Amino acid sequence: MSSQFFVPDPEGHVPTAAGYFGSFGGKFIPEALVAAVDEVAVEYDKAKADPEFARELDDLLVHYTGRPSSLTEVPRFAEHAGGARVFLKREDLNHTGSHKINNVLGQALLTRRMGKTRVIAETGAGQHGVATATACALFGLDCTIYMGEVDTERQALNVARMRMLGAEVVAVKSGSRTLKDAINEAFRDWVANVDNTHYLFGTVAGPHPFPAMVRDFHRVIGVEARRQILEAAGRLPDAAVACVGGGSNAIGLFHAFIPDEGVRLVGCEPAGHGLETGEHAATLTVGEPGILHGSRSYVLQDEEGQITEPYSISAGLDYPGIGPEHAYLKDSGRGEYRAVTDDAAMQALRLLSRTEGIIPAIESAHALAGALEVGRELGPEGLIVVNLSGRGDKDMDTAARYFGLYDADASVAADQAGDGAEIEGDAK
Amino acid sequence: MTGNRQLLSDTLAAAKAEGRSALIAYLPAGFPTVEGGIDAVKAAFDGGADVVEVGLPHSDPVLDGPVIQTADDIALRGGVKIADVMRTVREAHEATGRPVLVMTYWNPIDRYGVERFTAELAEAGGAGCILPDLPVQESALWREHAEKHDLATVFVVAPSSQDARLAEITEAGSGFVYAASLMGVTGTRASVGEQAQELVRRTRATTDLPVCVGLGVSNRAQAAEVAGFADGVIVGSAFVQRMLDAGDDADARREAVRALAADLAEGVRGRA
Repeated sequence: MSSQFFVPDPEGHVPTAAGYFGSFGGKFIPEALVAAVDEVAVEYDKAKADPEFARELDDLLVHYTGRPSSLTEVPRFAEHAGGARVFLKREDLNHTGSHKINNVLGQALLTRRMGKTRVIAETGAGQHGVATATACALFGLDCTIYMGEVDTERQALNVARMRMLGAEVVAVKSGSRTLKDAINEAFRDWVANVDNTHYLFGTVAGPHPFPAMVRDFHRVIGVEARRQILEAAGRLPDAAVACVGGGSNAIGLFHAFIPDEGVRLVGCEPAGHGLETGEHAATLTVGEPGILHGSRSYVLQDEEGQITEPYSISAGLDYPGIGPEHAYLKDSGRGEYRAVTDDAAMQALRLLSRTEGIIPAIESAHALAGALEVGRELGPEGLIVVNLSGRGDKDMDTAARYFGLYDADASVAADQAGDGAEIEGDAK
Repeated sequence: MTGNRQLLSDTLAAAKAEGRSALIAYLPAGFPTVEGGIDAVKAAFDGGADVVEVGLPHSDPVLDGPVIQTADDIALRGGVKIADVMRTVREAHEATGRPVLVMTYWNPIDRYGVERFTAELAEAGGAGCILPDLPVQESALWREHAEKHDLATVFVVAPSSQDARLAEITEAGSGFVYAASLMGVTGTRASVGEQAQELVRRTRATTDLPVCVGLGVSNRAQAAEVAGFADGVIVGSAFVQRMLDAGDDADARREAVRALAADLAEGVRGRA
C-alpha cells in the first residue's frame, strides 16, 4: 500500500468473517441494524481496496489533522520513572486535540461514500464528539452527539465546542448517565433513522466491523511511533503504554508492535477510587466475558448479566466494556492490563504539566501513571513509549477542583510549594 | 419437563381457525413488583390476551423506548432476579393454561448459562423466547438448547430485512415470526405504517409460521388494522403506560391492564 497514513492491518489479527478475535467480537445487534452494519462492512472493504480513498484520507491526515504527530522525549518527567527513557506519542497535537480525529475522518469519508447525510455519535469526555462535529462541519453533514448528562457537566467546554461546530448535543439521562448510556441512546436513534444516518462509532468496540475498522484508522499511531522511536533511540521500546476505556488509542499504539515480541503492550484501565471500593471501570482487570453494545468481550456485570455502573474521574474511560481485540490480547497474554486510580492519574497529570509543560487529558494521565510504574520496574535501561492520546484543556475544571486551583487559598499556596519529589511520593 | 412450544403453535392456530388474529401482550417481570407483575400478566390473560411475553428486565435495553426503560428500571431497582421471571412465567401459565414466552436481551441468558436458563424456563412451563439482539448468525447455541427443551425461538424481522435474509431467519425460527412494524424502538405510535403490511407479505412468502406484528400498536383501532393482515398483534408499551398511569393502586393497575386487553381483543377480532 502506498498510503502513508491510512495503514490498515496488512495481515494477521484480522477478525474472522463473523468478526471474531478468538472468542471475542461478533455481531449482537437487532435485526433492524443488520443491513446497515453489513453495508458499513462492505463499503469499508471497498474503500480499503480503493487507492482514491487512501489518497483522500492521507491528504486530510496531513493537511487537516497535522500528521505525523511528534514523538517527544520527556526526560524531566522520566526522572520519576526509575530513570527509564520515556517518549510521548503526541496525539494531543492533532487537530481537535486527541487521537479521535484519525477514526472520525476515515468514517466521515465512508459516510459520504454510502450517500448518508446525517451522522450520530456517542461521546464520553467529548473528544470523540468534538472530532465528529468537526468532521461533520468539514463535510457538510448533519450531526447529533449523545453524551451522558454527568459528562455534559464535567466536560462542559467540549459541549460548547460541539455546539459551536454546529452539532446538536443530546444529554442522556438514562442509567448511569455516562458513556454506556450515550451509546444505548445512539443505537436507539440509529435503529429509527438508519436510512440516512451513519453511526460514527468512536471506539474499537461495537459490532463487527467497527472494532477492526476503527483500529485500522488508528493504526497510524503505532506505525509512526515505531518508526520514530527507532530513529530517536535506535531500538524498539521495552513497553508501549496507553490508557484503555473502549480501547481505541491503545489498540492504535499497540497494533504495529504486536509482532515485536520484546515490546510489552501495557493498557492502563481506570481503577477509580480503588478496585476494592467497587467504584472503578477496570473492565479487563475485574470484568467477565459478556455482551455489551454489539459484541462479546469483557464486561463489568453482576451474576445475572446486568451491566454494573462504572466510575472513573475520567469521562472518556468511564465505560463498563472494552474492545474485543483487547480481550483477545489479554487472554492470549500478548497484552497486559493494569488499573490506575483517580489519584495516581491526577498526580501524573500534574507531574507532566510541571516537569515538561504539557497538560495531558485525564484519560492520558492514566497511561502516564502506568508508565511511571513500568519505568520503575524496568530501571534506567528501560525505554517506554506512552500514547499521549489527548490534551487536558477540557479537564481544567475537574483538575482545578481536584487540586484547589480556583481560589487563592492556603491549599493553592501549599500546592505551589510542592516539588517533584513530593509529587512522586503522591503518585505511589 | 418439556417446554410449551406446541401450546404456542396450537394457540395461534386456534385463533386463525376462528378467523381472527391473536392478541399478544408484553409485560415486564418485576414491574412494579414481582407480585404486581404476576397480577398484570394474569389480568392481560383475563382481558383476552392469547399469549403473553414476560420481559426479563435488562440494565441496557437498547431496543426499548422510554416507557419500557422506565419499567425495567423500576423492576431492577426492586431487585428482580431471573428466578422471579421464572416464577412469573410459572404462575401465569399455571393459572391460565396459556402460552407464556420470555423476551429479553442476550447477555442475561449468556451469563446465567444457556442450558440452565432453557431447562428452568421449560420447567416453569414457558413456551419459548424472543431475543431481539441475538441475530440468527449468533443463535446456534441458543437454538440447540431451546430445541432440546421444546422451547420456541421467535426471531424478529424488520422492514430493512432483505428477502434472502427473511428466508434465512424464518427457516431458523419457530413458534411465530415477530415482524417489527417500523424501524425504531418500542413505544406507542400514532399510526402503524404500510411498511408493516409489506413486511408481513414478504415474510409470509418465506414461511408457514404465523407472522405477528409488534412495535407501535397501542389501541383497538390499530389492533384491528394490523389484524387485517397479520396473524397476531403484539402490544407492550401501551400496557406498561396504563400501569404507570394507574399509580400505586394494585386494583387499578390490574383493571387497567384487563380493560386494555379486552379492548384490544375486540380489535384483533376486526371490531375497530
